[in-house]
Amino acid sequence: MRIELTVNGRHEAAEVEPRLLLVHLLRERLGLTGTNVGCDSTSCGACTVLLDGQSVKSCTVLAVQADGAEVTTIEGLSGAGGGLHPLQAAFQRHHALQCGYCTPGMVMAAVSLLAEHPHPTEEEVRRGLEGNLCRCTGYQGIVDAILEVARTTGGAER
Amino acid sequence: MIPAPFEYARPRTVEEAVSLLVHHGEGAKLLAGGHSLLPLMKLRVAAPSLLVDIGRLVDLRYVRDAGDHVAVGALVRHHDLETSPLLEREAPLLRYAAGFVGDPQVRHRGTIGGSLAHADPAADLPGVVVALEATMVVYGPRGERLIPARDFFRSTFESALAPDEVLVEVRVPKVGGRRWAFQKFNRRSIDWAIVGVAAVEADGGASVALVNMGPIPLRALETEAALRRGASQAEAAALADRGTEPSSDLNASAEYRRHLARVLVRRALEQVRR
Amino acid sequence: MTSMVGAAVIRKEDPNLLTGRGTYVDNLRLPGMLHMAFVRSAEAHARIRGIEVGAAAALPRVHGVFTARDLPELPPIPTVVPGLERPSLARDRVRFVGEPVAVVVAEDRYVAADAVARVTVDYEPLPPVPDLETALAEGAPLLFPEHGSNVYAEIPPAGDAEAALAAAPRRARLRLVNQRCAPAPMEPFGVVADWGPKTLTVWASCQSAHFVRGQLSKLLAVPYGGIRVIAPDVGGGFGAKQSWYPEYVVAAVLSRRLGRPIKATETRSENLVAMTHGRAQVQEVEVGFDDSGRILALRVMVTQDAGAYPGDAVGLPMLTMIMSAGCYRIPTVVTGCRAVGTTTTPVGAYRGAGRPEAAYLIERVIDLVSDETGVDPIEVRRRNFLPADAFPHTTHLGFVYDSGDYGKALRRLLEMIDYEGLRREQAARREDPTRPLMGIGFSTFVEMGGVGPSAMMEGLGMLGGWESARARVNPDGTVTLAVGTSPHGQGHETAFAQIAADALSLPLDRIEVVHGDTEVVQEGIGTFGSRSIAVGGEAVRRASLRAREKATRVAAHLLEAAPEDVELEDGRFFVRGSPDRGIGWEEVANKAYRPTQLGDLEPGIEVAAFYEPGLTTCPSGAHCCVVGVDRETGRVTIERYVGVDDCGTVINPLTARGQVMGGVAQGIAQALYEEVSYGESGQPLTSTLAEYLVPSAAEMPRFELEHVETPTPANSLGAKGLGESGATAAPQAVVNAVIDALSHLGVRELQMPLTPERVWRAIQAAANGGVA
Repeated sequence: MRIELTVNGRHEAAEVEPRLLLVHLLRERLGLTGTNVGCDSTSCGACTVLLDGQSVKSCTVLAVQADGAEVTTIEGLSGAGGGLHPLQAAFQRHHALQCGYCTPGMVMAAVSLLAEHPHPTEEEVRRGLEGNLCRCTGYQGIVDAILEVARTTGGAER
Repeated sequence: MIPAPFEYARPRTVEEAVSLLVHHGEGAKLLAGGHSLLPLMKLRVAAPSLLVDIGRLVDLRYVRDAGDHVAVGALVRHHDLETSPLLEREAPLLRYAAGFVGDPQVRHRGTIGGSLAHADPAADLPGVVVALEATMVVYGPRGERLIPARDFFRSTFESALAPDEVLVEVRVPKVGGRRWAFQKFNRRSIDWAIVGVAAVEADGGASVALVNMGPIPLRALETEAALRRGASQAEAAALADRGTEPSSDLNASAEYRRHLARVLVRRALEQVRR
Repeated sequence: MTSMVGAAVIRKEDPNLLTGRGTYVDNLRLPGMLHMAFVRSAEAHARIRGIEVGAAAALPRVHGVFTARDLPELPPIPTVVPGLERPSLARDRVRFVGEPVAVVVAEDRYVAADAVARVTVDYEPLPPVPDLETALAEGAPLLFPEHGSNVYAEIPPAGDAEAALAAAPRRARLRLVNQRCAPAPMEPFGVVADWGPKTLTVWASCQSAHFVRGQLSKLLAVPYGGIRVIAPDVGGGFGAKQSWYPEYVVAAVLSRRLGRPIKATETRSENLVAMTHGRAQVQEVEVGFDDSGRILALRVMVTQDAGAYPGDAVGLPMLTMIMSAGCYRIPTVVTGCRAVGTTTTPVGAYRGAGRPEAAYLIERVIDLVSDETGVDPIEVRRRNFLPADAFPHTTHLGFVYDSGDYGKALRRLLEMIDYEGLRREQAARREDPTRPLMGIGFSTFVEMGGVGPSAMMEGLGMLGGWESARARVNPDGTVTLAVGTSPHGQGHETAFAQIAADALSLPLDRIEVVHGDTEVVQEGIGTFGSRSIAVGGEAVRRASLRAREKATRVAAHLLEAAPEDVELEDGRFFVRGSPDRGIGWEEVANKAYRPTQLGDLEPGIEVAAFYEPGLTTCPSGAHCCVVGVDRETGRVTIERYVGVDDCGTVINPLTARGQVMGGVAQGIAQALYEEVSYGESGQPLTSTLAEYLVPSAAEMPRFELEHVETPTPANSLGAKGLGESGATAAPQAVVNAVIDALSHLGVRELQMPLTPERVWRAIQAAANGGVA
């Protein structure tokens, strides 16, 4: 069936099989390979994107369910100039990534978390990341990066 | 990882959804947020031939004051429950427990109706609606009917919904002034409950529901009866696993689940009746 | 210029990874590329009677369905036991659930999945061998009947500890299970193979492009020049991406057959049954000691579950044997091992590979001795430590510890934790039934880093234990370093640039590091065994110094001075004594490529270094974990985790800390959460991340970490490596803490993972007078 949606501010239309997962629409049809797939049980969060502004696991959303919606992926996060978003910069400063595979999903989850909780406690950040697995960092750099952005921007960054 | 192929329909009304279910028969499944169904389809444990996507029926997405109860539309997402001021005032147990379903991404997509209709004995919300004595409003070819929560869950992954019926609303009695507790015991924050307890203060005692202590959410009836008799919290909690049939799995044996039920019910009662 | 080595530099790698520009294998799209997917065995142990592929092959957009019989050119996977080969596609028999039995090729992964679902395999079930007990029982079903036993390899104990044990005033036994874990890198395994008329090009999510090329050359009988292997961005490996997988040759052979590029990427549920697992050891330990806690004799028998085939697992218990005595001076140590086949996923290296198992066993022994003698666990450690002047120290098996000062890290740790304060709090909490019990656990560990030298690596089937680097000074004064290591998250582009920056007196941003492409990089060994900094870093330093030497000769010519009179400081070359009459790197580099201005000098600055280490290094450290234990439910909560690591010279404190944190997280995960489980029939029970419990941020504590530095004499940097230290340190720190919390009840042993139920049962058993 034919669907239309906005991805990173661009209008996109595609003819899709109903079973096509949103993550495969993004990766394989639209070439947005920044969003990774790390599991098949909605556990790991590597595929997290924003759907109408909220974090979702794009491996558990059908492309047809996103018909008419607005999707933001990691590629759409930084500004037009290509500079790093404050969260991306904080991730680098705090060494919040190693292999980088979970990172796009982790950053998108963090964007959504700060939109909903502009001033989270460490505990709230940790629980807010319960749906995103990282095998490299032990999470401390990630948590610190998010806390720093919350402190310095008052959580206003989206 | 990849679901088997299926047909897809997107009805514009509940009536249309019901008629699709009627016409298509067994192979049709309703799709709301998809967070119970799609994971099973990706592992090809479920392979419906038709998905009836009711996710866009915005008419079923409301939380409103309906006098003696709060009416919650079936398509209200967990995140909406979690952030509803009305629920915070009138049924804070439901608001609080919704924050324990899955993870934030799941709560942004998953719906109360989908979670209840899936009837997973390990899920949080079925236990909560049983403790709250909520009422399910279902709609089908024979019209609307009301099903008390205690009668809604039939067995593991099996509810009182007929294959051609749609759960449209959950009516949650207002219990704003009463004390309540929700205890969820799991190994990781994201996991289903090994055992969960939802409890709310009731006349002469408490209404106590157990998650994952059998094929359906169960009321801890002997505990409730003991409280009505004036037993202490500890005495009442010691009866919490009576009449339950917990299973054994990788995370816990049945014996340990029974023990947890007794401990968690006591802790819940301590919060409910100080 | 201030030294770059030791500076907390943020990573050069990050901007690409943070903006979604990673180049992981599954991101690759080539014209005409097809997807392949395996049909995997649903049986743990069975004969294959037949495979029906017709329904799958008939699907539109399917390009072929192949079994072993259809692909006679497919080479088997070599194993370390001659005759016990693993077929790349099972032929007559399957030996674990998940073993590939057929392969489909289709236009996309959706069609491939549909085709896989339509292949039916007719199995004649054989008795499963799901665990060591079954494998070693009298009359056990055999995985390789022709081998006559499920014991794939065995090293009997050298010597007899009985006399020393008998002579000791006290003795005790432990049976320790180091449970099977899944490395579970966030990126599952994947390859793309494109076999064109001239070259076979393979992109692989691996830990060494060069190792993969060497293996492909050998297995497919293609010369090195005809194979190019590229390791693009790799989403974690943890040892398991050093193992060999059937995809390598199956994708290559299918690409040649079909004349199209072939992509093969695992799903997670495939990854959890197909990628090698780690640990999976049972250790029978006996210790002799005296009342003061001095350890007099140690006997260790390691039984390694190798899984279905005798692959990398066979070497793991040898490493455990070597490191069995930990950082202690024990007069008599006798060790033996065997590797045993079971009908489960093959076992291989997982972060630490045999050394975490050793550290766990000896640190559990120390705490057992403490519990038995009543001597404080810190004191038992101090009384048995190898003293700082004992190095180099040769162990019972002839392995040499390069350097160490175990007391130093422990002293710093004790300052950080306020040990006496913790013990007071523990005592108070024991008396207060409303509060969780508290336990304090220690781990003073030593392991191997800088893995080489070659004599050891050749024994494990590698080309060698050296590493390579090539430094090219470009005509604009920038430097390109090609390194033989193959990072998958470690940050080599940053750390190696730091080493080179110091050697070359150049700013960091003038140095680029390339890796993971056999066409661009000289022969290399790869990244595993905490070797990249200690071996690869030394190669980088040597190549950089050689480039500097050549540049100095160029500068000397330009300055009309003798090279030995030319100095380099802050990026400028000048004649000693006349610093203002100097020339910059840019000019020297540029002139190096202009023979008209070089006199007799050969143009160009490009030099390689191949560094063979003389010694393995021994990173060490002291970690402490403080836990709370819920008296009623048995739930363990980590209240503090404090670690002091000694990896010699720290190159980059930011990334070093990251390595320790990640390793500790995996160690905590092993102690509390993770275990690969099989049912009685050999069916895997943990094949998704909903069942295999990789912990999230919500389960992890905040870490308090520091370093002390005891340089190694093994290389000029003094760096030992520390990629595996955290995973080696943490499990026993956690387990010792939980046992410490329960020791007053008489609990002496608990098996990982410490699930709430296991801990609850131990408390129950102790309360009922028995000991769990």
